[in-house]
Order: sequence, then structure tokens, then C-alpha cells
Amino acid sequence: MTAATQADTAQRNWQGRNSLDVERVRADFPILAREVNGKPLTFLDSAASAQKPRQVIDTVRGVYETEYANIHRGVYFLSERATANFEAARGKVQRFLNAADVSEIVFTRGGTESINLVASSWGGRFVKEGDEIVLSIMEHHSNIVPWQLLAERTGAVIKVAPIADDGSFLLDEYEKLLSPRTKIVAVTHASNALGTITPVKEIIRLAHAQGAKVLLDGCQGAVHAPVDVQDLDVDFYVITGHKLYGPSGTGALYGKKDLLDAMPPYQGGGEMILRVSFDKTEYNVVPHKFEAGTPNIAGSIGLGAAIDYVSELGIDRIAAHEAEILAYAYERIAEIDNITLYGTAPEKASILSFQVEGVHPHDVGTVLDQEGVAVRAGHHCAQPVMDRFGITGTTRASFGAYNTHADVDRLVAALAKVRELFG
Amino acid sequence: MSELRELYQEMILDHGREPRNFGRPEGANREAHGDNPLCGDQIDIYVRFEDGVVKDVGFEGRGCAISQASASMMTEILMGKTEGEFKALFDSFHDLVAGSDAAAGAVDEDALDKLMVLAGVRQFPMRVKCATLAWHTMNAALDEGGDHVTTE
Repeated sequence: MTAATQADTAQRNWQGRNSLDVERVRADFPILAREVNGKPLTFLDSAASAQKPRQVIDTVRGVYETEYANIHRGVYFLSERATANFEAARGKVQRFLNAADVSEIVFTRGGTESINLVASSWGGRFVKEGDEIVLSIMEHHSNIVPWQLLAERTGAVIKVAPIADDGSFLLDEYEKLLSPRTKIVAVTHASNALGTITPVKEIIRLAHAQGAKVLLDGCQGAVHAPVDVQDLDVDFYVITGHKLYGPSGTGALYGKKDLLDAMPPYQGGGEMILRVSFDKTEYNVVPHKFEAGTPNIAGSIGLGAAIDYVSELGIDRIAAHEAEILAYAYERIAEIDNITLYGTAPEKASILSFQVEGVHPHDVGTVLDQEGVAVRAGHHCAQPVMDRFGITGTTRASFGAYNTHADVDRLVAALAKVRELFG
Repeated sequence: MSELRELYQEMILDHGREPRNFGRPEGANREAHGDNPLCGDQIDIYVRFEDGVVKDVGFEGRGCAISQASASMMTEILMGKTEGEFKALFDSFHDLVAGSDAAAGAVDEDALDKLMVLAGVRQFPMRVKCATLAWHTMNAALDEGGDHVTTE
């Protein structure tokens, strides 16, 4: 059995079930058995980075223990096996996103590198002075700063699509920003700070009508909803491994084949070349043109195992489960006085962003941690949207496949302690 | 709850809720801005520094109870202090909250006693920067030339 297929066979058959068996899911995640500060771990920070199931951990360990070598180089058995497993993982990403061709999947270090790759390579070649780049106000810094760097280099202009008070994407306002000058629209599929799921099909249709390309930041989105890049007709789609229950330092960029073909390399080095001489260097074909240097071999194979894992559970089933937990969290948090919620759009991922009136999010986070409850406190690397609401940060609980009603109960009990302490 | 009670002592909650010396004092001639990029907290420190002495000091900014209380208490303690006295106190305060014992030299023991309420921070390593941001910023304000600091 290969390392890459161990995960498949280790998994149970979830077909035929309508809902997630959350206790069985929890049993897959070894870390959930530990205690923090003498309390059972209540992990509510999957939107920052999800925990890893045994299937992913075992796959990565299996690569190193039995099938590790550098890829695309050696002519020996182990290198051939490692290459096959690495490329099989690429195929898993392709099927996960329903890309037309496996060469449209570029492995990266994560969402940030995927976006930087497009901004630097595609942007560097096709974006000129006076061209416009449209972002939304609720982007993660990783989908803002690469475009600012590009704008600084080229003289392009950044336009920012606003949101409603509940965090909903304002399609009308967005449409007003589009013009023939718009070169690319780069927006999130699901906001990490508010949870808002954006109307991606309409966003793409309106951008294409003006001749603009669209990059979707799917770091949160791909975790909560099935993605079909062909159906969306999206030009670039970005995923990260670590939020998808996969290893950190892994990710992928989907790009339409003709776009990737027309783009110059992002980094130079080994693997991305066909032939090097001091007169002229010929670049490799996509996706290898964008994969300079030895990649995260075991990690990318682990990402493939993570995709197997979530596919087996069913993204739809995970999403339905998370929606149920979020609804319960809304219900329970209403019992605590003076809580302000941020991000209550009708379409949203399982993110509960809030402020406890009069108490700074970091103080909330520290009290919760003492109760074993891990949440994110701060600006969530999305300062423009914090400014939009006139706040410096929120406390954010985010729910994954392994979270339960009991987790929500522990969150609410810990928030009661915040009130007790701070009055 | 006991470690939390030690961290969030009543005096800290009081200073956090109602910070003293909040605002820019008249005649301020030194100032600096401090950032904690980790949480987005910001602080501005304003000092009227004359004849080698802190004649007046105030601050503005937003932050957690720890950072606000630390800034507030610092401004109270520094009134009338020399730059050298501030630096000695900063060293001792840093040791107090970071849990090390590197500092040497004479320190105003009364002032340090007042700061003891912040000692609970040493049980919470992630929060040490909250407690020291105002102090780093004060340090920059007194150092002519430096006017911007970050905890990172």
C-alpha cells in the first residue's frame, strides 16, 4: 500500500449518511483529546488553522518513513514513488476544484503565495499604469498587500468594494466600480473576519462583462462549500492546505490554462526550467514553470490526504453541520449581555465574530483560554474591515467539522466568566 | 479563576476602565507612537520634558485592559522622574512582567511597588507585550530621533 492511498483505505464509508457523525470525526483528531489549562480543549479557531486528522498525520509520516525522495529528478524507485504520490495529490486538488486539466493546479506554500504569484506574474505582465484592480473591504491582508505592491510598481489603481452593515457584499456598489479599465477583481469567497460568503457567480459574471479577470481567495470558502471552477468560470482560485485540515505550508493555485501559459515564471530555480544556459534559459511547462525548487513534497501529499478526508466526509455535510453549530451559537450567545455581533449576512460560513462591550478582545481571549477555549482575538489580518466597523478587533469563534454543541456551551460559559470578571 | 484574578486585579480593571492622564498635555515637546501589530493596539505618548525631568506626560490610544492600565500607571509614576530614573524603572518593570531578573541598579522602590499589580502578566507570556508597549513607546519618546516603535 502506498502512503498516498493509506488515507483512502483508512477512512470509513460515509456514503448514505445525511449528517455528519461528529463523534467519529472527533475521534480522528488526536489533539482534541488533550487538555489546556486543566480543561478539555475547546478548539474554536479553525478559521485561523484547522486541526489535523490522523489520516493526514499518518500520510505525512508514511511519506517520510517509507516513500520519501526528491521528485521529478531521480531515476530510482523511491523518487519515482514520491513523484507519483506528489502528482497524484495534484490530481486530487484538480478533482476537488473540478479543474479541466491537472496542469492548471500549481502547488504553493499556501494562499498567500498563490495570490502573490498571480499579482507578481500575471499582474506584472498584464497590469499597466492607470489600470484598475478591484478588491473588497473585507479582504485578508494577503489579498490586499500583494495588489498594493503591484499598484506601486505599475501605477495601477486599487478600488475597494464596500459591504453592508451586516457584512453582506454589495453587488450594486461593486458593479459601479467596474469599467473597461478594470483589469482584475480579487475578492474573497468567504470572509475570514465576518464569515460572509460572497455572491461569486455574479461577481465573476459582472467582471467578465467588462473584460476583467477574477481571482477568488478560497482559503475559507473551499472549506465550507463545494467549488467548481469550471462552473464558476473563475480565472484564478486560491486554496490553502492548513485550513482544509491539511499540513501548514501547503496550498494551491488554480489558474485557467491559457492564463498560466501566458504568464512569466514567478521564481527562478530548479524544476521550473527545461534547459539552462547562459545564453538562453527555456522554462518548463505549466504547472512546473511556477514550482521552482524542491517543494513541500510530504506536505502536498498530506494535502491530498486532507482532500480525501473532507471529500469522504462530504463538504456539503460538513457545511450543514457547521451551519447547525453556528445557529446554536447565535442562539446561546444571545443569553450573554452586551454582545455585539459583526458579520450576520444571510449567506455565511461558520464564523462568529463579536465584541463583549467594554472588554477588549485580547482580555476576552485570555479569560477564554483559561477555560480551555481557543478563539482568535484581534483584527484577523483584516484591518480595513475592522476600520469599516470602527473597531480595532473582535473575538472570533470559528467552527469546523469536529465542533459540537458542547463546544458552544463551553464558549458561552466562559463568556459568562468574562462578564463576572469585568462586570 | 485565581490566576485570572491575579492578572486582572481590581486596580488594573480600574485603570483600564478609567485611564489617568489620558490625552495630550499642554506644552508636550516629546512624543512617540507605538504599535502592537499582533493585535492592532496603538498608543501615542506625549511628554513635556524640561530640565532633564518629565514635567508632564499623557497618552492616547486603544488597547486591552492590561495595556491601558500599564500606560495609565506608567504616566502616574513618571511625573517628575529623570530619563535615567525612567530607564531603571523600565528595566525593572520588564523583569517583573517578563519573569527575568537581569536588571541591576537603583530603582524607585515605591514606584516599583505600585507596578507589582501587573506582575500577574508573567503567567501569561502572550500578554507581556500588552504590558510593555507603553513603556517601549515612552522610551522612544525620550530618545530624541526615535518616534515610532513596534512590539515586533
